[in-house]
Amino acid sequence: MELVEAIILSVLAASTPLLIAATGELVTERSGVLNLGVEGMMIVGAACGFGGAWLTGSIFVGALFGIVAGTLMSLMFALMALGLAVNQVATGLALTILGVGLSGLIGAGFVGERITPAAHLNIPGLTDIPLVGRVLFGEDAFIYFSIALIIGVWWFLYRTRAGLILRACGDNHISAHALGYPVLHIRTLAVMFGGACAGLAGAYLPLAYTPFFIPGMTAGRGWIALALVVFASWRPGRLVVGAYLFGAVTILQLHAQGWGVGIPSQFMSALPYLATVIVLVLLSRARTGGSTAPAALGTVFVPDR
Amino acid sequence: MQLVLEKRAERSNTIALVSPLIAIGLTIVTMTILFAILGKNPFLALQAYFVAPLIDSYSLQEIAVKATPLVMIAIGLSLCYLANAWNIGAEGQFLIGAVAGSWIAVKTQGTDAGPWVLPAMLVLAAAAGALYALIPAICKVKFGASEILTSLMLVYVADLLLDYLVRGPWRDPNGFNFPTTAEFDPVATVPLLIEGGRLHLGSIIALLVVAAAAILLGRTIKGFEIRVVGAAPRAARFGGFNANQLIILTFAVSGALAGLAGIIEVAGPVGHLQPGISPGYGFTAIIVAFLGRLNPIGILIAGLFLALTFIGGEQAQIAMKIPLDVTKVFQGILLFYVLACDSLILYRFKLVFPSRQVARGAG
Repeated sequence: MELVEAIILSVLAASTPLLIAATGELVTERSGVLNLGVEGMMIVGAACGFGGAWLTGSIFVGALFGIVAGTLMSLMFALMALGLAVNQVATGLALTILGVGLSGLIGAGFVGERITPAAHLNIPGLTDIPLVGRVLFGEDAFIYFSIALIIGVWWFLYRTRAGLILRACGDNHISAHALGYPVLHIRTLAVMFGGACAGLAGAYLPLAYTPFFIPGMTAGRGWIALALVVFASWRPGRLVVGAYLFGAVTILQLHAQGWGVGIPSQFMSALPYLATVIVLVLLSRARTGGSTAPAALGTVFVPDR
Repeated sequence: MQLVLEKRAERSNTIALVSPLIAIGLTIVTMTILFAILGKNPFLALQAYFVAPLIDSYSLQEIAVKATPLVMIAIGLSLCYLANAWNIGAEGQFLIGAVAGSWIAVKTQGTDAGPWVLPAMLVLAAAAGALYALIPAICKVKFGASEILTSLMLVYVADLLLDYLVRGPWRDPNGFNFPTTAEFDPVATVPLLIEGGRLHLGSIIALLVVAAAAILLGRTIKGFEIRVVGAAPRAARFGGFNANQLIILTFAVSGALAGLAGIIEVAGPVGHLQPGISPGYGFTAIIVAFLGRLNPIGILIAGLFLALTFIGGEQAQIAMKIPLDVTKVFQGILLFYVLACDSLILYRFKLVFPSRQVARGAG
């Protein structure tokens, strides 16, 4: 029983950065913008988040640093892809290449330092309930926030007028523009939201997952988050399922290495990446009838005035 | 008052020619500021980056050695990007090529295998790189899976496979437990062009690849098809060009070139297989491809320039303790500026003074 609880706890922790980053990217893509720079925004968020927490001793400040860093990175993307109408795929790649370099530069000062990781909730009585107590009432603030975030995004996209307009921009920017909606402004906000989420997701890694910063610690999680949005068919509900499923695969391979299963550790480490490829193939194949992607996703829009 | 983009009636050839130069200029200005922020003398830092490597023969050779894989990979990628197929997993294809070629080198180690070893390694590496690149291409064509994500995921898989091999079955028994194979035999090594120097046969192969790509794109129907499918997909469909077939072809060619670059790097400058054989050549080559405007000659020049930043970065680290990550930042910023300047080929800036009514319409 202890083991089951431990596994659930670690799956939740491993899934949370994926869930937060993918939630942000889902909103970005729903507005019609494909920002492939999630990995770059995450890794800069991780470096700045750790730096903030290490300098001030506050996890909250660290998280804010991560959010601000991710947002600033995404603004660079918005300036290029929306302001200058540059190809979004190439810009996203540039953002990731730049982010990897920047994070190494920013993080060089505190590699090897440690902080006290984010505290876990503790409600006497509730947290002590066997099996479910710690899972429900003993998590860190990020995990609760991530769940609130995805519910909030679902409510925003499907229950508010602003969400409807955002989706309209993603499905047909020419019509949205003709109706008088400021497509580029809306998209900029959506890109910034994606950046803030990616920055926070990156900051989660050194603030709560492992209490130190190492260069390249995101290890492709930003790319997996991008794949998750495809997996989820751009729907928030499926995104939750996908994120926890991928978290489970990550933890499964870690435990399998611990159990001494006779498979080399590198093969187990490759599992999440292979799983991503297989899932992308299976899902894309199942969807041959018609794509569920926002129709204007990744296309350049220059309003004619 | 507002600054807006306006589409040009036709693409500006002047800007197309000078845009890489403007981008490099802007990058150098930005780097000057960054060096100042880091507390380094910007003048000395720029000199260490861009001048010092050009004034001694060892560094000049080293630039050619570093440019070799960059140019070979970028040529392949440019074919993909021209055809609007997004292979961003060249790093993985590079590693798989290195692994596949090394297999022959490891298996023939210490035997009296003849001069067939190196050619066999090159062929096998190219084939393995092509096959590895075909995975995302086929997933894209058959199932519609995003080639961007699948090709990138396979980079991590290739990296782990290489790691497993050099820590496990292929580890040098006399290597003090370091994760590396034994040094390759002379028959499994890319020959040097100058005795005692650094320049090797791979650089000649890279030049041949540039020439072949220039002929393919400029003089053949296939090259024309590649360009049309990327630039005008609808016209290409009416023309009866098969876009899927071109995705497969360009991925296979770029994978083969990346794989070839991988084995040349391992059997040349490195001399054995070990983790970390690539300082991100597969990703830097993306920058090379764009900086070279997806043109073979442009790529050759861009490859030499980015190789210069690698060597300059190492020298700046030794001489001025400037962190190596500055090189990556430099490369990232450069790509940003290249893309931004390229935008001006198709668009121009225009100042508009919106009247009240237009302002409401634009929000």
